[in-house]
Amino acid sequence: MHSFGYRANALLTLSVTILAIICGIASFSDTFNSPSPSASIQVLNVNRFQKLDDEVSLTLNITADLQSLFTWNTKQVFVFVAAEYETLKNSLNQVSLWDGIIPSQEHAKFWIRTTNKYRFTDQGSNLRGKEFNLTLHWHVMPKTGKMIADKIVLTGYVLPQEYR
Amino acid sequence: MDWQGQKLAEHLLQIFLIAFAITAFIVGYSLASFQLMLAVYAGGVVLTSLMIIPNWPWFNKHPLKWLEPGEAEKYPKPVKEKEGAAGGGTKKKGWAQDGFREYFR
Repeated sequence: MHSFGYRANALLTLSVTILAIICGIASFSDTFNSPSPSASIQVLNVNRFQKLDDEVSLTLNITADLQSLFTWNTKQVFVFVAAEYETLKNSLNQVSLWDGIIPSQEHAKFWIRTTNKYRFTDQGSNLRGKEFNLTLHWHVMPKTGKMIADKIVLTGYVLPQEYR
Repeated sequence: MDWQGQKLAEHLLQIFLIAFAITAFIVGYSLASFQLMLAVYAGGVVLTSLMIIPNWPWFNKHPLKWLEPGEAEKYPKPVKEKEGAAGGGTKKKGWAQDGFREYFR
């Protein structure tokens, strides 16, 4: 501690180390949060159902309450809806239909009616009369620390038997 | 700074940074604001740096008593006589030079 440089260096390293420890404790405090999110998705209409590589266009009504996922250490929540179904070739196909970013807790309780943002296509012609699940996935992105991902699976959706 | 001052500076550094870190965390957690926590901590770092980096007078309360130049000349440092040393020779002789037997003579 005999010179300016020595003291400045000691201050800098100690302050940055303590900052890292504070951020670690802040990230750890997230484990005390027990979230209880809810969601429901309605398929309002099947707009198109093409034969060329089997493409479907849906209108979806997505309602969700993800407010309990937010803590003081949350930067944003990334949420997306995926259609999951089984074919002869693959035991699980997942197609992302819609996604969005929720920047704060106020926006986390939402209702949106939209057509699918991304194409719902199949590698082949397996979608006629197909039963599928719509799963709402979310990624909670923290300000510091570990990202947490979870989902809600909604079952019971069926595609029409004929192309239109 | 003197020795006591250096010790004081180190103690102040550690105590203030840890105290500010704890207050910052408590304030941030209770008001649910990450930004507030960082702001309080940054303010604490700046305050601590102002307290310990400059050479304040309270760090020099126990100054060292250096020997006066007049006194030092009365007692010159003894010069060791070396056999076989060429010319004036060097004042210090490293143990690795010219064999260690010279050093242990």
